[in-house]
Amino acid sequence: MEKIPILRMGSFLLVTIQVDLYDRLALNLESDLVQMVNKTSAKGVLIDISAVSIVDSFMGRIIGNIANMTRIMDAQTVVVGMQPAVAITLVELGLPLNGVRTALNVEKGMEYLHSMIPHEEEDETADDDSNTD
Amino acid sequence: MIVTLTKDEMTVFKEQDVILFRNRVKEFAVKIKMGLVNQTKLITAASELVRNMLIYAKGGKVLIEVVSRGRDNGVRLTFKDQGPGIKDINLAMKDGFTTGKSLGLGLPGAKRLANEFAIQSELGKGTTITIIKWANG
Repeated sequence: MEKIPILRMGSFLLVTIQVDLYDRLALNLESDLVQMVNKTSAKGVLIDISAVSIVDSFMGRIIGNIANMTRIMDAQTVVVGMQPAVAITLVELGLPLNGVRTALNVEKGMEYLHSMIPHEEEDETADDDSNTD
Repeated sequence: MIVTLTKDEMTVFKEQDVILFRNRVKEFAVKIKMGLVNQTKLITAASELVRNMLIYAKGGKVLIEVVSRGRDNGVRLTFKDQGPGIKDINLAMKDGFTTGKSLGLGLPGAKRLANEFAIQSELGKGTTITIIKWANG
């Protein structure tokens, strides 16, 4: 059975979709991701769809579901790298992915996740700074 | 007048067939030098319609054709199933209407993405949907 790998990086989960998704595969990804968020207490999920050339209403719904489910599990999801033709098609199809956070590329997506999830170390250094002042 | 230049017929009865079908549609679109945005619209519309066929009619046949009208070339897809048919086509064409669990965007969305769209359905006999996407449409 094919599977989409989910990589763990600190408190984030990374998913790069490199194959054409059929329905079963997308549904499995949805449940795997939510379970991984639970198991690893991940605070952020980054989904890279730069290699995906077609997002139809089913795939769009799965992306929306993942964003909503992970939000309920206290993790932020950001979808990155959407191809321009896919964005044009999604809006014309009538599925503007409301409620799904997107970023232009992986780098911007990671920046967003870092900005959403303040690290404890950063808080400490901030405290240190105020002490030295 | 619309003339058929090349054609191919595929049957779609399981989920994995959808990927093969989408790739075949892409080959046809590339052959007539359709732009990337139009290709994406065509394949997305095809994906919506083929999914409907799988869910509601348990599969069916798709005819893929390269057609020409004057100077314009395009891809015509004809989805033919022998499913239960659609009771109220006007209602089925409305955004957000579904008898299943989906978002109800398939039919109206496919119509918006294609250049030409025709639907015929008879209760108990099946549904036939034809779309055309012109290379420069």
